[in-house]
Amino acid sequence: MTITNVQEAAETAVTDYILAQESKDQLRFLTCGSVDDGKSTLIGRLLYDTKLIFEDQLAALERDSKKHGTVGEEIDLALLVDGLEAEREQGITIDVAYRFFATEKRKFIVADTPGHEQYTRNMATGASTADLAVLLVDARNGLMVQTRRHAFIASLLGIRHVVLAINKIDLVGYSQERFEEIRKEFETFANGFDFETLQAIPMSARYGDNVTSSGDKMDWYSGPTLLEHLETVEVGEHALEAPFRFPVQWVNRPNLDFRGYSGTIASGRVAVGEELVVAGPAKQSKVEKIIGAGGEVQSASAGEAVTITLEDEIDISRGDLLSSTAHRPDVADQFAAHVIWMSDEPLLPGRPYLLKIGTRTVTATVSEIKHKINVNTFEHVAGKTLELNEIAFCNFALSSSVPFDPYEANRTTGSFILIDRMSNATVGAGMIWFALRRASNIHWQALDVDRQARSEKLGQKPAVLWFTGLSGSGKSTIASIVEKKLHIDGRHTYTLDGDNVRHGLNKDLGFTDADRVENIRRVGEVAKLFTDAGMITLVSFISPFQSERQLARDLMGEGEFIEVFVDTPIEECRKRDPKGLYAKADRGEIKNFTGIDSPYEAPENPEIHIRNVDRDPEDVAEDIIRYLRDRGFLSSYASDGEGI
Amino acid sequence: MNMQSHGITPERLSNLKRLEAESIHIIREVAAEFSNPVMLYSIGKDSGVMLHLAMKAFYPSKPPFPLLHVDTTWKFRDMIQFRDETAKRLGLDLLVYTNPEGLQKNVNPFDHGSSVHTHVMKTEALKQALDKYGFDAAFGGARRDEEKSRAKERVFSFRNANHGWDPKNQRPELWNLYNARVAKGESIRAFPLSNWTELDIWQYILTENIPMVPLYFAAKRPVVQRDGMLIMVDDDRMKLQPGEVIEEKTVRFRTLGCYPLTGAIESDADTLPAIVREMLIARTSERQGRLIDKDESASMEKKKREGYF
Repeated sequence: MTITNVQEAAETAVTDYILAQESKDQLRFLTCGSVDDGKSTLIGRLLYDTKLIFEDQLAALERDSKKHGTVGEEIDLALLVDGLEAEREQGITIDVAYRFFATEKRKFIVADTPGHEQYTRNMATGASTADLAVLLVDARNGLMVQTRRHAFIASLLGIRHVVLAINKIDLVGYSQERFEEIRKEFETFANGFDFETLQAIPMSARYGDNVTSSGDKMDWYSGPTLLEHLETVEVGEHALEAPFRFPVQWVNRPNLDFRGYSGTIASGRVAVGEELVVAGPAKQSKVEKIIGAGGEVQSASAGEAVTITLEDEIDISRGDLLSSTAHRPDVADQFAAHVIWMSDEPLLPGRPYLLKIGTRTVTATVSEIKHKINVNTFEHVAGKTLELNEIAFCNFALSSSVPFDPYEANRTTGSFILIDRMSNATVGAGMIWFALRRASNIHWQALDVDRQARSEKLGQKPAVLWFTGLSGSGKSTIASIVEKKLHIDGRHTYTLDGDNVRHGLNKDLGFTDADRVENIRRVGEVAKLFTDAGMITLVSFISPFQSERQLARDLMGEGEFIEVFVDTPIEECRKRDPKGLYAKADRGEIKNFTGIDSPYEAPENPEIHIRNVDRDPEDVAEDIIRYLRDRGFLSSYASDGEGI
Repeated sequence: MNMQSHGITPERLSNLKRLEAESIHIIREVAAEFSNPVMLYSIGKDSGVMLHLAMKAFYPSKPPFPLLHVDTTWKFRDMIQFRDETAKRLGLDLLVYTNPEGLQKNVNPFDHGSSVHTHVMKTEALKQALDKYGFDAAFGGARRDEEKSRAKERVFSFRNANHGWDPKNQRPELWNLYNARVAKGESIRAFPLSNWTELDIWQYILTENIPMVPLYFAAKRPVVQRDGMLIMVDDDRMKLQPGEVIEEKTVRFRTLGCYPLTGAIESDADTLPAIVREMLIARTSERQGRLIDKDESASMEKKKREGYF
């Protein structure tokens, strides 16, 4: 290898260049607009013009353009960004694609999101990590319903910088008048949103005018090109100025001498010697050391991934939030939040979901949908459930208190996702508005006569026997025999079934999925009160959904919930049809009938599984009694010395 | 409720710092949420950066997961040596897996072609390895800027029990809240370098001085011209076809894989700054050096649906 002076000089220049990159900034933005507004073309143009399109990608592009291209003989820039096969064939963008380009000043990460209404969730996904939104408008059409929708979603997701790209200006003769008209209309409309900067730019993505260079067609426009604006717009870091927040991700414990808390600083700044508090338990300590990505440091700021050690040994684990002592987060088990629903299965109030906020995951239910928001008109509308791509303002109840901030104040500690407990799919995204104080104001009366006292008095261990199965499977028959046997033995029992609940407590409920969930929730709550009272409670409900049975299970103490699956094939139930219901459902006189036009989700691991074909109900009941006896529910007391 | 006063105006993180922090966050999240994660280590520059970030993420602890290398037995010899040295230097567990059936049937790129070889020795082997050890999460060093179908891949990419990827049914991914829930048999491929570009990778290697396989640096190497590519003759399993001659050329590799499938480029760049300089004026993108992507532009998406990384 020969090192010439020229080479050496070149390498020094490169090294200097690289070191200069250290200060290069990063801007994440999303582009939104409908299919025909030319989003993909715009991004293709940015990539093309910033010379990041390599030669062989261009060669492949020319081949693809001949197959799928929509602009005749020219290169279709949109094909650069529409990634997946299906999309290329349909000529539309159906998912979020991330693209990258860089200039001397900044590196850009672009989230390209689709414009159709049904892809609201994709736009929200792209917006969640963006600093800025580029809203495309077709100059010929002006503001459309979807332009308003995108502005609204951008604002809801906390984006404070917007570019209104008035595209296809070439098709309206580069008209200044048209540009001004659209700009003014949008500014008036966007007044209510909290945008800090709003830059309108007339452009032609197809020909490149005002994308990266001004071109010579619009002398009347003196503002920046899109690229100039993106390179220079100040996206003031709110996270840097907000109070210190640090969700603990991982406890770093290599040996007995080191105990550190690893995580990413969500907001603010921390320095060695500062007092911090664990939100919730409110334990305090001082920062001893901060280990950053490059080694030990004296201080660190929002966005950095660090490991912090404290002067005192306090019990901290994943999911805890370390925060500034002067400005503490809210801690509550109820809050109000905006939710974007992202699943084909509707959101049902009362159904338990997993809620992941920061590094903590808890169980949560929507206790009330306050109102839904029509994303096109922003009207508030009432609703009992939430469908795919709908947005609503809801009250949430959590299984335990969590620390958080309003989303407006902190995008990291104020956001959460909802996960379906059965499918594990991400089904919703939420932005917290405020804590509901109810949670802290209602304190349970601390009674001296507690559940244990009652249980002892009755001489039995409380339990819930939860019978689930299709209509006509034999649940009530079996439950009734079990109750008789227990009663004869001197046990204290009660049965909850459709007859005594549907006609009273739940007479306001019908048979839609949402009502079924609420029905079971109420029954579960009543059963829970009965266990508090020390009773052995028999619940006999079809209860077709796994998640509601899980909800009921979670309400009870460990081991108190005994799921009895009365497993009778539907053909057999139909044959028995004691109430003539199957016949009616077949004639279409009953809607949402379980097993016919509404699903039954069989329990996966019931405590007791009864295959109820050709079995004597007396024998089945005896099996259940034996189960109770074997597990000690009947052992503390025997009325006549023997027990059953 | 605003403003903590420290007397200085805080600054936004630079591009590289922001990428670094984001990757560390992802790596820690996987370690915290999964019961049995593994880091795929392919010995290349992206793997090298990913591993470097993992060392930082858990310092002063070691990463709480092993490394896994799926060895097709056709990797460059320099790669294997570098792999073993790296694991030893960092004190990490290294698992090496080769598809036993492929080995038995002597599946190789010369007789079976790149597509069969890649399927049996890489894709199938990877699935076998993940099943054998029961890993519920696997880190990969893929970047979204590499290829069109990768541009849409999630950071936490869900795979069904057959390791398949369904691009139409991906979990929405918002903020930095990653959904790590999987049922038994299902898994997550985690991509901490999703938002890095090739240039970012080289800049980071340079600023952090991360050791790299010598093959990235220009040197005189024995190569033959084949299918428009320069293939290095790394051992005597490479049989010359009629008309082919071995030439000594000063070459280097922009990407590393199985030596018979990896094209070299003629270059004098024998230092990191020289490589980055070459990058900056590059006229061909890095995947051109890989035979496996050539068939058609959607081939990567097809492979990924089948379980390829």
